[in-house]
Amino acid sequence: MKRMEENKDNIIIKEIADKKYEYGFTTDVKTDIIEKGLSEDVVRLISEKKGEPEWLLDFRLKAFRYWQTLKEPTWGHLDMPKIDYQDISYYADPTAQKGQGAGGKGQEIDPELMKTFDKLGIPLEERMALSGMAVDAVMDSVSVKTTFRERLKEKGIIFCSITEAVREHPDLVRQYLGSVVPYRDNFFAALNSAVFSDGSFVYIPKGIRCPMELSTYFRINARGTGQFERTLIVADDDSYVSYLEGCTAPMRDENQLHAAIVEIVVMDGAEVKYSTVQNWYPGDKDGKGGVLNLVTKRGHLRGRNSRLSWTQVETGSAITWKYPSCVLSGDGSQAEFYSVALTNNYQQADTGTKMIHLGKNTKSTIISKGISAGRSQNAYRGLVRVGKNADGARNYSSCDSLLLGDKCGAHTFPYMDVQNPTAVVEHEATTSKISEDQLFYCNQRGIPLEDAVGLIVNGYAKDVLNKLPMEFAAEAQKLLGVSLEGAVG
Amino acid sequence: MHNAQLGYAMNAEKQYIELYEQCREMIDLHSTAVLNSRREQAFADFCQLGLPTQKLERYKYTNVAESFAPNYGLNLRHIDIPVNPYEVFRCDVPNLSTSLYFVVNDRFYNKILPKASLPEGVLVMSLAEAATKHPELVEGRYGRLARSSKDGLNALNTMYCQDGLFVYVPRNTVVERPLQIINILRADVDLMVNRRVLIVVEDGAEVKLLFCDHAIDDRSFLATQVSEVYVGENAHLELYELEETHVRSHRFSNMYVDQQRSSTATIDSITLHNGLTRNRTDVTLSGEYAETRMFGCVIADKQQHVDNNTLIDHRVPNCQSMELYKYVLDGEALGAFAGRVLVREGAQKTTSQETNANLVATDTARMYTQPMLEIYADDVKCSHGSTVGQLNEQALFYMRQRGIPLDEARMLLKFAFAGEVLDSIRMEPLRDRLHYLVEKRFRGELSKCEGCKLCK
Repeated sequence: MKRMEENKDNIIIKEIADKKYEYGFTTDVKTDIIEKGLSEDVVRLISEKKGEPEWLLDFRLKAFRYWQTLKEPTWGHLDMPKIDYQDISYYADPTAQKGQGAGGKGQEIDPELMKTFDKLGIPLEERMALSGMAVDAVMDSVSVKTTFRERLKEKGIIFCSITEAVREHPDLVRQYLGSVVPYRDNFFAALNSAVFSDGSFVYIPKGIRCPMELSTYFRINARGTGQFERTLIVADDDSYVSYLEGCTAPMRDENQLHAAIVEIVVMDGAEVKYSTVQNWYPGDKDGKGGVLNLVTKRGHLRGRNSRLSWTQVETGSAITWKYPSCVLSGDGSQAEFYSVALTNNYQQADTGTKMIHLGKNTKSTIISKGISAGRSQNAYRGLVRVGKNADGARNYSSCDSLLLGDKCGAHTFPYMDVQNPTAVVEHEATTSKISEDQLFYCNQRGIPLEDAVGLIVNGYAKDVLNKLPMEFAAEAQKLLGVSLEGAVG
Repeated sequence: MHNAQLGYAMNAEKQYIELYEQCREMIDLHSTAVLNSRREQAFADFCQLGLPTQKLERYKYTNVAESFAPNYGLNLRHIDIPVNPYEVFRCDVPNLSTSLYFVVNDRFYNKILPKASLPEGVLVMSLAEAATKHPELVEGRYGRLARSSKDGLNALNTMYCQDGLFVYVPRNTVVERPLQIINILRADVDLMVNRRVLIVVEDGAEVKLLFCDHAIDDRSFLATQVSEVYVGENAHLELYELEETHVRSHRFSNMYVDQQRSSTATIDSITLHNGLTRNRTDVTLSGEYAETRMFGCVIADKQQHVDNNTLIDHRVPNCQSMELYKYVLDGEALGAFAGRVLVREGAQKTTSQETNANLVATDTARMYTQPMLEIYADDVKCSHGSTVGQLNEQALFYMRQRGIPLDEARMLLKFAFAGEVLDSIRMEPLRDRLHYLVEKRFRGELSKCEGCKLCK
């Protein structure tokens, strides 16, 4: 019985392994793209297109002026192509044709867009959609549709694009926007704060358990643009939400920039699960093209006994440079970070997390699994800081790296900074190649090499994959198979 | 605040640049050709690099400019310091039948030398003298590992250093008796010392070295030491460094080790007493089947600052390295450990293990730890682990239950914690002595005057 299942798995992995990057198509839809370049006028134009209030424009302008004083950071273990910030268009609206700019929501959606999302497996019609998952679909700079909004509204949950939130719930947005990731945080955060377009806004009221998974699907479509989404999640006292993020982009020879910010606020006793399956276009076999994924993600555990968990499966992007972080200021708060980062061909990843312990009896867990193949470079970089008053803080980190091939690299750079005598901080890391014994065992039982590697890698990543919601876990597993294609043998 | 700091750094650099420009000739006059020949390049490098700032990854945890800012005196004229170390000084490691040498500040003390004879061809002497008498041994090696263009402190040391220590062990020679070198800081004014060490262990040779750092005057000292260590094929080196200075001493040591095929090197650095210590140790494994073992033990309290920064560079296949550093921090001490293991492309079958464990005993002490792996080869076994924690409550409870007072129980546990590093020492008398010293240190009975008769 077990063997049959294994066989089935193998067939699936095999099938998947034969496929290329399957989301690499483009959608032919009339898109309103603003002129390339970045200036104060562009910032004003974006704000105007989105019909924003004065305070938000001020926020953008402050961020933009600050950004101009910064230099692009170079400390990552990355070989970054030079980004020409004047050669990118900062706003592209694929809904422009049918609706009236960003206000086109609620009106009829261009069938082309519908088809695109159908193709991506994200049906926008509620009757077709998987029940139990509400989706906010974002293409380029604009949210195309948010499903199940009415049903969520009954419970008082707000789930909409951030543009709408600014219009309909300005007080909430104003209160929390930039409170976790200030625009002065870093170069890319400043850039995002100046030009951010769409993203999702989630507010879960006190004591409410969100009845379905909330999800945002990000798609880059237009050429010569970047995506600068902004997501803000606020979980009020004793609430719960599980949030998923997925992303894909067409295959292009040029590098496309994706510089997003995700902010999460978790109040007393609330719990937020944030899962990402990142599958941006990774570039071709020779490292040409691909998305530059430079993202700032941070959660602030403000309340007592609040919980936040980041789960990420990173298989795409030419360059991934991000550290989903947690600031544990509520007493008794708990944070988790689970990550699988797979790099193949010429992909580069420098990713990890930061756990800042400020409250008493706070706890954090970091499980990171890196897999490098081809000529890729994969680095884990993480910081665990225990502040002076964080009595009883506890951290456990474990970072494993798996090397497939002798041309790739796996690196670990953990930073620990402990100022409290009652803290217990542990870190361990190992790096090795795939076990010859395990491969031999599989081969002996008739499992071909490539399948065997797929199996072992999946087993290796299981600790993390198990943390993903059901639908995602299956997808992530398949994805690992696809991304590994050609890495063995 | 930031600007003030910047100004600080600028001034610190400026004074060394100006002093050099004024004293160029005097420095040359009291040194020797080989050492002099590298100064101008080093000066150019220093002007360009300046003192390392905390923005540099490898200097993240130590503010170099702050240590270099005060106005220290330099003994560039080579004025004799009236001291016979053999008479006034007794090191804390007695009964160890060693060949004992002294380096007073930056000068090798050669007025009296130990009677014990060394095997033929073995040299333990002043670096300046060696450069004159045996230029063929020094010339090609001096400054080859410690490049002045790579680190501002190397550049500064190369600019100013006039002497130091030279150890040479010829092919297939085994030096049975350990060589003990005592670095004494001695001055009546606040003093800066730039010391240079060159150690050459030729193919098949074997030597054990013990360096003890002491400061015998209650003055502020700033010592930079750059060491270059060449370990030949099949050669074996054991190098122990014991620092027992005082709170007004600032030590900046950069050590570069190059290991050839099938060689082994053990490098052990123990910091018992200090003010500010920064040890950078870079080991390059350039021959296959070489093995490196690195140990460190730090006991710090008050406002002591100890920063160990290591790099093990696996350039070729089939090498092994292991690293174990332990810190016990009390008071307002600051500890930092950053260890990087680099496995280059093609360095297959590398085995590497790195461990850093730390005890933070007060809420004012602070520990930074950063064990890093950077790996470009696939057939390797590398791991690192790092912990920061406190004494085991259950063990404490167990001991108290059996009538051991809390303080004593704590002491025992700390002692056991540090013991793991001390046990790695292969020189038995030294090991025993260190166990004793560490115990005294924990009891707070180890005073800086222990071995010194100067003020008695």
